[in-house]
Amino acid sequence: MRPFKFSNAGDPATAITLVSANPGAKFLGGGTNLVDLMKEDVMHPSELVDITRLKHADIEKTATGVSIGGTATNSFTANHELIRKNYPLLSMAILAGASAQIRNMATNGGNLNQRTRCTYFYDVNLPCNKREPGSGCGALKGVNRNHAIFGWSEKCVAVYPSDMAVALAALNAVVHVEGRNNAKRTIQFADYHRLPGDTPEKDNNLKQGELITSIDLPTNDFAERSYYLKIRERSSYAFALVSVAAALSLDGNQIKQVRIALGGVAHKPWRASVAEKWLMGKEATESNFRAAAEAELKNARPLEHNKFKVVMAKKAITRALQGAMQGGVYGLEG
Amino acid sequence: MSETGKPISRIDGHLKVTGKAMYSAEFNQPNMAYAFPVRATIAKGRITSLDDTAIKKEPGVISVVSYKNALKLKPLDMPAQAKAGAAFLGENLPPLQDNTVHYPGQFIAVVVAESYEQARAAAYKLKVHYAAEKAATDLKTELPNSKKPTKLMGEEAQVNGGKTATPLATSAHRVDNTYSTPVEHHHPMEPHATVAVWEGTDKLTLYDATQGVGLTGAIAAYFLGLPQENVRVIAPFVGGGFGSKGLWLHTLLVAMAAKAAGRPVKLALTRQMMQTNVGHRAATIQRVALGTDTAGTLKAIRHHTDTYNNLTEFFEPSGKQSLVLYKAPVREVTYNVAKLNRGTPTFMRAPGETPGTFALECAMDEMAYQLKMDPVAFRIANHTTQDPMKGHDFSSEFLVDCYRIGAEKFGWSARSMEPRQKRNGNYLVGYGMATATYPGGRSAASVKVSMTAKGDVTVMTASIDIGTGTYTVLAQTAADALGVPVNRIQVKIGDSSLPAAPLAGGSQTTASIHPAAMEACALLRKELATLAIADSSSKLHGRKPDEIGYADGKLVLIGDDKKTDSYADIMSRARRVEVEACATTLPVSGAGLTVPSALCTPREIPAEQNSDSKHYAFHSFGAQFAEVWVDEDLGTIRVERFTSVQDVGRIMNEKTARSQIIGGVIFGIGAALMEATEYDKRWGSPVVRTLADYHVPVNLDVPPIDVHFIGKADPHISPIGARGIGEIGITGVAAAIANAVFNATGKRVRDLPLTPDKLV
Repeated sequence: MRPFKFSNAGDPATAITLVSANPGAKFLGGGTNLVDLMKEDVMHPSELVDITRLKHADIEKTATGVSIGGTATNSFTANHELIRKNYPLLSMAILAGASAQIRNMATNGGNLNQRTRCTYFYDVNLPCNKREPGSGCGALKGVNRNHAIFGWSEKCVAVYPSDMAVALAALNAVVHVEGRNNAKRTIQFADYHRLPGDTPEKDNNLKQGELITSIDLPTNDFAERSYYLKIRERSSYAFALVSVAAALSLDGNQIKQVRIALGGVAHKPWRASVAEKWLMGKEATESNFRAAAEAELKNARPLEHNKFKVVMAKKAITRALQGAMQGGVYGLEG
Repeated sequence: MSETGKPISRIDGHLKVTGKAMYSAEFNQPNMAYAFPVRATIAKGRITSLDDTAIKKEPGVISVVSYKNALKLKPLDMPAQAKAGAAFLGENLPPLQDNTVHYPGQFIAVVVAESYEQARAAAYKLKVHYAAEKAATDLKTELPNSKKPTKLMGEEAQVNGGKTATPLATSAHRVDNTYSTPVEHHHPMEPHATVAVWEGTDKLTLYDATQGVGLTGAIAAYFLGLPQENVRVIAPFVGGGFGSKGLWLHTLLVAMAAKAAGRPVKLALTRQMMQTNVGHRAATIQRVALGTDTAGTLKAIRHHTDTYNNLTEFFEPSGKQSLVLYKAPVREVTYNVAKLNRGTPTFMRAPGETPGTFALECAMDEMAYQLKMDPVAFRIANHTTQDPMKGHDFSSEFLVDCYRIGAEKFGWSARSMEPRQKRNGNYLVGYGMATATYPGGRSAASVKVSMTAKGDVTVMTASIDIGTGTYTVLAQTAADALGVPVNRIQVKIGDSSLPAAPLAGGSQTTASIHPAAMEACALLRKELATLAIADSSSKLHGRKPDEIGYADGKLVLIGDDKKTDSYADIMSRARRVEVEACATTLPVSGAGLTVPSALCTPREIPAEQNSDSKHYAFHSFGAQFAEVWVDEDLGTIRVERFTSVQDVGRIMNEKTARSQIIGGVIFGIGAALMEATEYDKRWGSPVVRTLADYHVPVNLDVPPIDVHFIGKADPHISPIGARGIGEIGITGVAAAIANAVFNATGKRVRDLPLTPDKLV
């Protein structure tokens, strides 16, 4: 870890001003990812501005749904009554991620801004365009079983690691950010994270100094039928090989609305819009779920070691939709 | 009155859970500085320039040690090292002696600074240039260049090459398949750490996370050119080792850094260094062929292993169990060993048997299925009561009982021969089993016992408790051998200045040090008896030593329990504040590792304490049974329950013994389902670098584990009758699980670990 300046902001405006003024500065939330990256010399911010004491930690009802604070912890969010009752998909997704200890520290804003766990990104002696633009992508022709099957570029095949964000993508969440001089804006969740393209060093569309103040969850009628399925190599504390956030609302057995988002397959939470379109208005049957999954995965572009993800994702979409039909069960996936 | 065998809780448990147990990195010293190593970024070649002028100016930096200025160490010299008990250097590469690079991550320099953070920050900035050479980074690619080693830990490596060809060709039934196992890492919870403290220029104390204080002291002394008695190694508590805590280069590095800095220096390795610099279990490609007649009698066993090593002669001996298990007239065990530019492979929990039983015991299952025989019945039909190679009877062997008890406790009879017969919702349910085996080792050991007039007993030996329960079990043995309560006994271990004991490896600690402890206690009683017999005011005055027994802190006239004399009275009348005795017992010949440092003097080596290895072979056995639930759509496997029945001789403490087996089974679940380190062929470096990517089981992966012991004392290994227990628990586990997965799904996965991608 290289020496850095540590600042403690008393209010959001000060924090935003500090980070806006210094291109090398970063906000420090729970630090569960950033501090690791600093220890391994992957990131070396010149200044950290502690935002954990700021007043953005509430979860409250709004006219259009529920707002969750940017600095609220993942644990607080997942276990909050408003979330468990109205957005069980989000609760399930958060609880499928990391460990209890990490969730207790990690903030919602930090969760969205965590970096890929691609080991080429972490090993500073190997090439990585995300860490060091222009150095090449180590994973493209390397060990890439954990990497992307959608949306990757020659520059980067990394996947985005968050579970929480997969649910937020399915729920059409809206990210509220605040920049210097009280400049507030909102970002639709689908536009928050980026595909790698030619600039994999940019994970998302935040500007330097912009702070996530809250995330809005629009009202929906999915609470009865949603499910987060995560396939991983151990029962807990492992990143997804493939995960699926699925939500349905029905009219009889006819699909009125459906949302499907995949994790572990792309540089951002992957909305399965082909499958969603295919299912709209159809009967909620296993064979239709299968056909929709087939349609979505037709566009997959697997790498040398992750062809299994294509098969796995098809089955996972089908199973997640079935899980949603059964009303979802907390903790079924550990 | 026997304390031995009781399931008492660890006597050091309170210290551990209250944080008072001191681990190596916690021995902070006045004026201590911190070291952080710099590691090579190429797989093979030379350092062409290493410029430390800039980083020497970084905040807090005290010194930078590299090949340019490092202390000259004694060069490698196997005969001389062996003579000094210093043969087992983790890798044969005394650090920082030249500019060559043999694997990515090799230590090439060490930065010493006022704080850990300063040392690390400066280390990241050291500028190094290399001339890289073409490196060997992949086992399959290098196999054409592999060699057939002649020796394996002093024994013939290649056994009966080619001799199974005819019997296999003429067998009525044959299986012949290739199994592969990945690189696995030990990852004990406590990272490797060393604090080096020099006193003058020729006395050194090392607080070192090691499995053998004597071993570490001897090796450090040899390479630093110091008399052995000038190096003291202290490790009262060690947070797991599993074979990775021998002497690796960082320990020498810290000693060299401390000398250069003129201050005590601490170094704790990072997880990334633990993936590279302290050994691993090498990957294996094993081809196993079995042949039987129509009745299912084995006619031949062939087991060939392809593997690699780097900077030692050690290689993963995965054919070991195939020389011990089952009655077969011909068996062939061979190895090809390539050389890779990768951190050096080493011993890891049940070296050989862990990957080897996966291959052999899956092959046995495949053959049983071909024969349409029950896998348990097939094994019982081919059971051997003798070591097939040596022709000796096993010293004590109840393997068939293990199978039978295990089958009954597990409910094996509910298994169907054909796969895919049992479903539960989305899951296919399967049962599998395998044999477990590990040799029973015993090395020379010395133990000293002292007793104060107040009745406080101290047991002392340079052994180690790597989490196994050594403290507790030693106290139990001494309690019985002296007739005093366990709570009056203090155990001092983990210090090389104590009487010599073997390293905590090869499942030999209990079998080695307990006979010596028992003998030392007997000598101590003899000393007390001598005092009593000579004392006219003792009720035992004038008696012969062999007329005197003991109980409850007293010597007792045998046959007349009114005639007693308490230890306290004997000592107070004799004006002795303390009596002590030391005993040394000898090893099973040819087994285990020798003790490097001094045995206690005067030597007391009662002949009857020696194991009878002329007539017997020492092995432990067991049977492992698993039930798995496989979600075929998602590729996930849950081990739903596990039964392990073990024949390991006498059980010294039912609780710590059970914990050892449970730990072994969990380790085996890891090997079966998730543990693997992958490497990038282009650079040779691991792409699994943290405990987030190197998956070991979490609580939710671990089912109820039902452990049973046969518990019959081995009459030939020692008067104690216990064989080791640390390693056998892992053996056979991966095979039992893979066999259960076949029973569930009909899919035979021969490549570990059984991750979801292989089943989906």
